[in-house]
Amino acid sequence: MIELNDDKCMHCGACVGACPANAIYLNEVILDFNDDCTDCGLCVKACPVGALTLIRTRGLKVPAATA
Amino acid sequence: MFPKDSYDVVVVGGGPSGSTSARYAARNGADVLLVEKRQEIGSPVRCGEGVSMEIFKHVDIKPDSSWFVNQVTGARIFGPSGKFILIDAKKAGDEVGAVIERDNFDKYLAAEAARDGAEIATKTSVVSLLRDGGEVCGVRIRRMGEERDIAAKLVIGADGFESQVARWAGFNTNLKTRDTTSNLQYRMTNLDLDPRFTDFYIGSVAPGGYVWIFPKSRDVANVGIGLLLSKIKGPSEAKDYLDGFIASDPRLKNASIMETVSGGVSVSAPLDKVTADRIMLVGDAARMIDPLTGGGISNGVIAGKVCGEVAVEAVRAKDFSVEFLQRYEKGWRELLEEKLYRDYMAKEKLVSLDDEALDKLIEVMSAVPLENLSTKEILGAIRKKYPELVKEFEDLI
Repeated sequence: MIELNDDKCMHCGACVGACPANAIYLNEVILDFNDDCTDCGLCVKACPVGALTLIRTRGLKVPAATA
Repeated sequence: MFPKDSYDVVVVGGGPSGSTSARYAARNGADVLLVEKRQEIGSPVRCGEGVSMEIFKHVDIKPDSSWFVNQVTGARIFGPSGKFILIDAKKAGDEVGAVIERDNFDKYLAAEAARDGAEIATKTSVVSLLRDGGEVCGVRIRRMGEERDIAAKLVIGADGFESQVARWAGFNTNLKTRDTTSNLQYRMTNLDLDPRFTDFYIGSVAPGGYVWIFPKSRDVANVGIGLLLSKIKGPSEAKDYLDGFIASDPRLKNASIMETVSGGVSVSAPLDKVTADRIMLVGDAARMIDPLTGGGISNGVIAGKVCGEVAVEAVRAKDFSVEFLQRYEKGWRELLEEKLYRDYMAKEKLVSLDDEALDKLIEVMSAVPLENLSTKEILGAIRKKYPELVKEFEDLI
């Protein structure tokens, strides 16, 4: 999941162009993510001001010890 | 003032490429709609505002005081050690250019398009392409809360780095991380600069990219940075590197920031194909940005003229097939492609060099008189004088 900090966002579209899944929509000052996001994190790197953060929601499940 | 239901040509995006395409299509008789999603053409600025003089050779534009604010006499490229190469405009010709006010420049080009007969719709988004049996036949627009379908014989995608038209039409515009940059720029004031020069700083000061200082006057300049995505490790590096550079430069440290500008810039090779049935892409959407400098205005405008002219030919011939539109592919590639590929190779090589190698390169180049600046000439000159240094660059020469 990508988290947007609206205080930092410049609404510049750097993330939109970098997104390989076309999962980001920008219109003037509206930036939205759709369900096509694959959590690849490229937008986080592309963002010049650090307005985006990748929140890992799908960690590896470690099976409980069986012994 | 609401657009009509049908046009010959709909151009999506009111930047320099879109306006120039619209202008040359309209002036030669096509019925053209230019759509811009923002409420004001050219604003907010997302650009370093440096432009080569090349455009004035190809396109019918005259420098206007509203946007042509500082013609520089040279570009200085600083290596990590502080040594620099001066690229003299008198010798380098049109490669060294001017600093412009991009918001006014975009408005100027859009107004030229309007005067030549194009209709312009601002605060109007294109939300999808319309298709008739698979073939593109127009666009759906949204404007002031209302959606409408506009029929078009030809759609021109001039919607920039983040082009949606290209993706909807099925072009593969995905960029590798080594072909994408993250950019941040401050428009600064209270400076004491020599406005005759644009300055570029390469090396670890800006991994995979450079810091630029483009002066508009002695007191005002754009100070910015571009970083290659493949060299970025974590969030907000563009800002951190730029702030670090500014803090270390005595000319800048007492300056104030009047405006912050950011954006993505592709530094890739151009798309293999920028046309399909009833579709043409132009400018940043077609990845026409120069991969060495990151400059996109000149190429977009130069290709935009060809694009607009071919659009009219297609309207006259009533043929909008990808075969017919090869006239555009051929036309723009003749003008730009060789340099784009050459500069792409040069960029690939430059980003692989560490500070030590870059310093050597700068040292060598500053000792070589560059009568005619081009990647080819520079590399040729280096080979002549310092063959051992240029071994790595052999494939470029």
